[in-house]
Amino acid sequence: MSTSTSTPQAKTAYGAGREVVLDVDELRVHYRTPTGDVKAVNGVSFQVFAGETVGLVGESGCGKTTTAMAVLRMVQPPGRIVSGHATVAGTDVVGLNEKELREMRWVKLALIPQGAMNSLNPVMRIRTQIADAIETHLGKQPKEKLKARILELLNQVGLPARVYDMYPHELSGGMKQRVCVAMAIALNPPLIIADEPTSALDVVVQRVVAQTLMDVKKRLGVSMILIGHDMGLQAQMVDRIIVMYAGNIVEIAPITRAFKIPLHPYTQLLIASIPSIKERKPLKVTEGITHDLRNPPPGCVFQYRCPFVQEICRTKKPTLREYTSGHQAACHLYESPDDMGSHAQAAAAMKELDR
Amino acid sequence: MGGINRSYIVSRLLLWLLTIFIGATLIFIIPRLSPGDPVAAMVSRMMAQSGYVENSTAMIEAWRVKFGLDGPWYVQYLNFLKSCFTLDFGYSLTQFPSRVDEMIGRAVPWTVGLLTFATLVTFIAGNLIGALMGWRKTPNSVRSALPLLLTFSSIPPFIFGLILMFIFAFWLGWLPFSGGVDSQYPEGFNWPYIKSILEHATLPALAIVLTNMGGWALGMRGMMITTDGEDYMLLAQAKGLRPSRLFFRYAVRNAMLPQLTALALSLGLLVGGSTLVETYFVYPGIGWLLYSAITNNDYTLMGGIVFILILTTATAVLIIDLIYPLIDPRISHARR
Repeated sequence: MSTSTSTPQAKTAYGAGREVVLDVDELRVHYRTPTGDVKAVNGVSFQVFAGETVGLVGESGCGKTTTAMAVLRMVQPPGRIVSGHATVAGTDVVGLNEKELREMRWVKLALIPQGAMNSLNPVMRIRTQIADAIETHLGKQPKEKLKARILELLNQVGLPARVYDMYPHELSGGMKQRVCVAMAIALNPPLIIADEPTSALDVVVQRVVAQTLMDVKKRLGVSMILIGHDMGLQAQMVDRIIVMYAGNIVEIAPITRAFKIPLHPYTQLLIASIPSIKERKPLKVTEGITHDLRNPPPGCVFQYRCPFVQEICRTKKPTLREYTSGHQAACHLYESPDDMGSHAQAAAAMKELDR
Repeated sequence: MGGINRSYIVSRLLLWLLTIFIGATLIFIIPRLSPGDPVAAMVSRMMAQSGYVENSTAMIEAWRVKFGLDGPWYVQYLNFLKSCFTLDFGYSLTQFPSRVDEMIGRAVPWTVGLLTFATLVTFIAGNLIGALMGWRKTPNSVRSALPLLLTFSSIPPFIFGLILMFIFAFWLGWLPFSGGVDSQYPEGFNWPYIKSILEHATLPALAIVLTNMGGWALGMRGMMITTDGEDYMLLAQAKGLRPSRLFFRYAVRNAMLPQLTALALSLGLLVGGSTLVETYFVYPGIGWLLYSAITNNDYTLMGGIVFILILTTATAVLIIDLIYPLIDPRISHARR
């Protein structure tokens, strides 16, 4: 492929020496509307390392699915990638033409879609749909070999062999989603994007699917981006979490740190809003409104909803800075690593708000 | 699992028989509800032509016996059912020596030939145009040319037929005005004869295809847009499938399903739906025969034709019902 194929280097101390599977650099995606462009993804940069699961969270409309679609180069019009790069296993997808893109898809980057109920072609047998993914990229396969491979894939996600000959409408939602998992790993891609893979399922089936995902991930060592807003599921499944707000990344943190010492006020609010079965408390994140995405204000994107907003937040946009290993946040509250102490204040203020 | 089982086939066959039975009963009842006596009407028409017919009362009686109209209603009814079952409808009232089944037998191949061809072309062309109109990757040049074709569908077929006749038969003189075949050629499997048949069929077929295509195209376009929004299309795209496979196996294949249901219904009208076209092209098919039977008050011929129409409609629906699970696996015939 003609486009840049240099392997990107890790940009943070956290990732030093690790293989970078996905490098997203200053990615911008705009949706054209009659009254101006909606800046759905407004300059997003992050990396995913080999074997790692990264969570991508944020409220509806924050740009997490758009980011994922941009990495897949599947932003639908009127949306378009305005600038930036997304390098998947050495290939910048933004510069590829249709044919190169088609050849790259599923081989380097697979998708486990949202809404599993409807993700399989209703008039095609499961075997044909999995074979489709395999034969498109590897060419026509000997019948026996193909069958053995598909049965192996089904077995890997814990589905019985009879699913092979079935149609999607004969499967339950959880089974369909596991078929999607089997399909995603058919070509052993280095990266899988799972877009809210369990959101359409009930909790029991969610658990089964989440378990399947973890098993597969562990066995194949594949990197994964898990999009979702279920913080509980994220806590159990991901290594690092990326928090997005209004098209920007506000915090990236190893998952345990994100829960223990969330830096950005939005992350703090998100975690504070996880419903507890021990006590009932009012939801905190709903206060304030998000700005119009066509006209982001100067300064911080979270200024209208931030409980700790200062003068500087109105004028200067905070950049993502690494405070401790792998823990980045974009917030004026912490001007230097020494300011981490002020987090204690923030946390205390948070508690205050809770009452 | 889906598929066809025996109890489904049996139940469909019974339903098919029931439909035909009810249809046959209706064609028996309806003419008898209308005032007047076909035989008396015919004799009075003869009287009007020749001024006087000898022994007209005796003649009416004789003809009533001849056409089985003398018995009580249930005997007539059973006789009619028997004639439906044997497809033997006796003699035509107005063209006496001709038998109804022979007249229908001569007309059916013309209509079936013309309409099978025209309907299939209409269906395929219309759906392909609609699919291209509804497909995001269609080049804009193609996309803007397609609606032009659809303007034809706003012209009534009989006007359109006349326009075609004017242009191609009268003005350019390329194609014949009317009829099914030029009688100067010997009947049989030879090129001039077949060529003549094709030439005569071109204009009626064109009138049907061009005026009906738009409806199919619009329906298909809507279905394509709906299908394109489905999650499985997104996943198929992410799989990196070739555009042709994406278009045919994923998009068109699913968007076609409601269109096939509509095709089943239109197949039912296949034989009877062309009356108008056949009439103004004087095409020797069932439609034209039905038209002449109605204008001549030929009750036996009408009964025979309408029964054939019922039979073909019911059979077309039966066939589509039986093959539908092969087209859409979600339609399962297993009794639960």
